[in-house]
Amino acid sequence: MNLEFTAEEKAFRDEVRNFIENNYPQNIERAAVQDDMSPDDMTAWHKILGEKGWSVPAWPEQYGGTGWTPTQRYIWSEENARVNAVMPLPFGVAMVGPVIYTFGNEEQKAKHLPGIRSGDVWWCQGYSEPGAGSDLASLKTTAVRDGDDYIINGQKTWTTLAQHADWGFFLCRTDPDAPKPQQGISFILVDMNTPGIEVRPIKLIDGGYEVNEVWLTDVRVPAENLIGEENKGWTYAKFLLAHERSGIAGVARSKRGVEQLKEIATHEMLDGEPLLQDMGFATKISQLEIDLAALEITELRTLAGEQAGKGPGPESSLLKVKGTEIQQRLTELTLEAVGHYGTPDFRSFPADGSNDFPIGPDYAHSAAPTYFNMRKTSIYGGSNEIQRNIITKMVLGL
Amino acid sequence: MDFNFSDEQNMVRDGISRLVREQYDWDTRRAVIASESGWRPEFWAQLAELGMLAAPFSEEDGGFGGGAVETMLIMEEFGKGLVVEPFIPSVVCAGGFLKHAGTAAQKEEYLSAIIAGEKVFAFAYAEPQGRYDLANLTTTAKKEGDGYSLNGHKAVVIGAPWASHFVVTARTSGGQSDTGGVSVFIVAKDADGVSLRDYATVDGRRASEVYFENVSVSADALIGELDNGLPLIESVVDEATAAVCAEATGAMQVTHAMTLEYAKQRKQFGVPISSFQVLQHRMVDMFMEYEQSISMSYLATIKLDEDEATRKHAVSSAKVRVGQSARFVGQSAVQTHGGMGVTDETAVGSYFKRLSIIESEFGSVDHHMRRHVKLTAAQ
Repeated sequence: MNLEFTAEEKAFRDEVRNFIENNYPQNIERAAVQDDMSPDDMTAWHKILGEKGWSVPAWPEQYGGTGWTPTQRYIWSEENARVNAVMPLPFGVAMVGPVIYTFGNEEQKAKHLPGIRSGDVWWCQGYSEPGAGSDLASLKTTAVRDGDDYIINGQKTWTTLAQHADWGFFLCRTDPDAPKPQQGISFILVDMNTPGIEVRPIKLIDGGYEVNEVWLTDVRVPAENLIGEENKGWTYAKFLLAHERSGIAGVARSKRGVEQLKEIATHEMLDGEPLLQDMGFATKISQLEIDLAALEITELRTLAGEQAGKGPGPESSLLKVKGTEIQQRLTELTLEAVGHYGTPDFRSFPADGSNDFPIGPDYAHSAAPTYFNMRKTSIYGGSNEIQRNIITKMVLGL
Repeated sequence: MDFNFSDEQNMVRDGISRLVREQYDWDTRRAVIASESGWRPEFWAQLAELGMLAAPFSEEDGGFGGGAVETMLIMEEFGKGLVVEPFIPSVVCAGGFLKHAGTAAQKEEYLSAIIAGEKVFAFAYAEPQGRYDLANLTTTAKKEGDGYSLNGHKAVVIGAPWASHFVVTARTSGGQSDTGGVSVFIVAKDADGVSLRDYATVDGRRASEVYFENVSVSADALIGELDNGLPLIESVVDEATAAVCAEATGAMQVTHAMTLEYAKQRKQFGVPISSFQVLQHRMVDMFMEYEQSISMSYLATIKLDEDEATRKHAVSSAKVRVGQSARFVGQSAVQTHGGMGVTDETAVGSYFKRLSIIESEFGSVDHHMRRHVKLTAAQ
């Protein structure tokens, strides 16, 4: 048992810290809420990392991974969180990339992996449908074989940032007569510029547009875009979901969030003292830090298991549930901390560029929208109810 | 012990309930809050015409002899429809100041106009540095000739863009947070030196930052005693707090009903999601939360006219319970609605947002918990 970094790990930390300090683009405008950022800003760091060869640390080295140990990858994400870096979006590097190098053929790897690594190709995930959320396997979008093509019809929803996507990975029903719904699903890559695809943004409660409906009408896709075997898509989807969850704990980002919250609580005053000095509020922050420490060590234990050759398993459901609860708690406390200035809707502020009459401190502007937006985290990626069902079944054996 | 409402009170409740049902469906509200003005002056005029703006006032003040219970009943129904019009700022707050401390001339000039819907007030009390401390004021009113000159900045003044007048709290003597030296003034929005920066709020209302720069008011703009305004302000803010608690109970009931309905309709794994026990228990908890909140809303309302310590104790108890319930019910409703819950396309998101802001309106859960602790320790 030793929680200290080794000398090599400390040297690695200094190296990446130095690289981030010297290379992280200073001109990225981090908007109050993420989806207000420009697509170029969202991919700027990804592209720099692509050139450095650090955009896909977790991939096997033969596909461009860095060969870092899980501990080094942990250090990497910590160091990025320190500067609040806008990290590569997960849809390519953490989701479809691993599916392609694990289950794709050589042509597919050669065609798609370089663009994912470099950040030049933007991916989106076509999983959920209006009638298939938690019960994803009940999806109805069909792909019918026609000569060398599939013809896809259906509707996907909650497709994050599809408005910017070049490519999407879609779950489609290829065998409607399969004895179990999971058995008739295929995993197909789709060029989002194909005729018949319509992307309709969905306005969310924070006023932003981060997810979309994707309508597919007679979309003709080359059959060579099928990943692995026809009707085996559910296996690949489950593999991907396990990957999606392992990053979902968001420890590094939450640690950064706690620091920001403390910063806010030093500026907000209560009875002539900073809010941070108030025993009641300070206690709530401490509780959050304690929960976060427990989550962090739990994640490190999972990482250590991975280092020893265990893949991410149902334990990742624990990381998802606790990680998202902490992320949400953080937004609750931030909204509490900013007091009255959580109420104004910054999207409605007069756009006269004048700072003569500021409407509260800048840090208050995102508090309510972020609180509203982050309710999604206990819903997406398999709702927290579904995660608990997974633990019930796979861990407790009930 | 009697939890029944009088016939008159039931009439008020039924009338408001019908009005909100008929005129405040979610699509209409959505269009109104997105419109340029963000409210419906004609709805306000209708409320006045029906006598609803007169409901909490005595007959000698031009009302119908009602009080806090009438306000509670109206606000509960407004909560069900997420009514944005400024009943609390204009009727409960400004009306409250005038009712408690207005001179005959002030009542004549302002209260009757509030009741008639002709003058609309906003309550400018919060300041950027003050958090929920009503005495923490940097806005000053200095003696100037026979009257006063006001300077300062009021934060997040709800309903200010719609208002013709403000009730303004200001320091007339003493240090920034002293309990003495606080006074209350009426200021016309079109007075020289008043400027506003208007915006929308995240829960569908409108508000402003309001700035006073050498704003001259006459001596009769003072409501209540010079330098001794804090007890009056506390009293009115407690009434407003009870009113917002009632609003929350209305919003929670609708949020719960909506969630139940959605869970019965929404099918996953071949069955309605309402058949899953984990969701059933969550909806049971939502039900228990709003029932407890209704009880506390009653308690706060009933105790408003009692002695100061009793009143504060009851109001803070209610705001803590209601604030916590509002958060739980709002979050649970969104969670049960799944992805639909976080879209702008469904009503549940609007209810969630309003409930989220109610949590801190007129003092957060923490603020009222602290006040409760102090009051309990002093007993």
